[in-house]
Amino acid sequence: MVSSGTDGSGVDMVPTPVKIIIAGGFGAGKTTMVGSVSEIPPLTTEEVLTEASTGVDDLSGVERKHTTTVALDFGRITISPRHVLYLFGTPGQARFWFMWDDLARGAIGTIVLIDTRRLETSFAAIDFFERRKIPFVVAVNCFDNAPRYTPDEIREALVIPDRVPIVMCDARDRDSSKLALIRLVKHAMTVVPATV
Amino acid sequence: MSGDDGWYDEAAGPLVRPYTITSGRTPGEHARLDLSTQVMTLRSEQEPLGLGPEHLAIVQLCRNPVSIAEIAVYVKIPLGVVRVLCGDLIERGLVITRSPTHNPAQAPDLETLQAVLDGLIRY
Repeated sequence: MVSSGTDGSGVDMVPTPVKIIIAGGFGAGKTTMVGSVSEIPPLTTEEVLTEASTGVDDLSGVERKHTTTVALDFGRITISPRHVLYLFGTPGQARFWFMWDDLARGAIGTIVLIDTRRLETSFAAIDFFERRKIPFVVAVNCFDNAPRYTPDEIREALVIPDRVPIVMCDARDRDSSKLALIRLVKHAMTVVPATV
Repeated sequence: MSGDDGWYDEAAGPLVRPYTITSGRTPGEHARLDLSTQVMTLRSEQEPLGLGPEHLAIVQLCRNPVSIAEIAVYVKIPLGVVRVLCGDLIERGLVITRSPTHNPAQAPDLETLQAVLDGLIRY
């Protein structure tokens, strides 16, 4: 991008970041999608989290904390000199759901990727974003050997509300992933109230 | 040194180096710095004094705007530490930041969404 450099204000030179979350079950293709559509090779950073014991751990009887290192994949798309889009893949393992709140804060929306061979792994993600009123679309990642279903069949199987769009995609394909992002942004625009 | 070194076991290992960099501080008020928050170094006439090598690495990296998550990758320090160090740089007026304007509790702003949509269609 060419910067004019004529604006004296430094703040105007800092683009506004925009976040989209790529969620879904383990192995649904989140990292693949981030990588196929990002303008940079996908990066991985590690967040060190302290996770309070859930109390399930009866063996010790002592309050314990576990330090968990969680890998986050992310990519970037420069939208314009004023906006830069970041794509963050949620950690796949269900035990990291507690950190999705941090990831989702400030996001314009979420793509929930689905693997039709493991539909049951998608429930947690759909439920999470549904409860938080975060705009999301369901993107069915069409794996080569996976059973093919119609969007209506997916909607019924996963009890996806009518207002949530379902798109078919190939997470390996840049244009296909881009179309899923476009669908999400269009959807996010429709859920905006007319007046604040 | 305190005589109580009971905590100092293998589990504490990964924590030692990062929080030595931050002099033991953990992310406080700057924990709000989002993964996507853009950090940009302000031009200054002289080399700032009293900064650690990691501070300086961030100052150098952010001559063009860079996100918190990317700083962690390129400077090779954990995200929590990046937040503390960037907090120092903000307090000293060496960098400016811009965070996502979106607040899930409020309505998202249509202007931003339209800009993202247009950008994606061109992309």
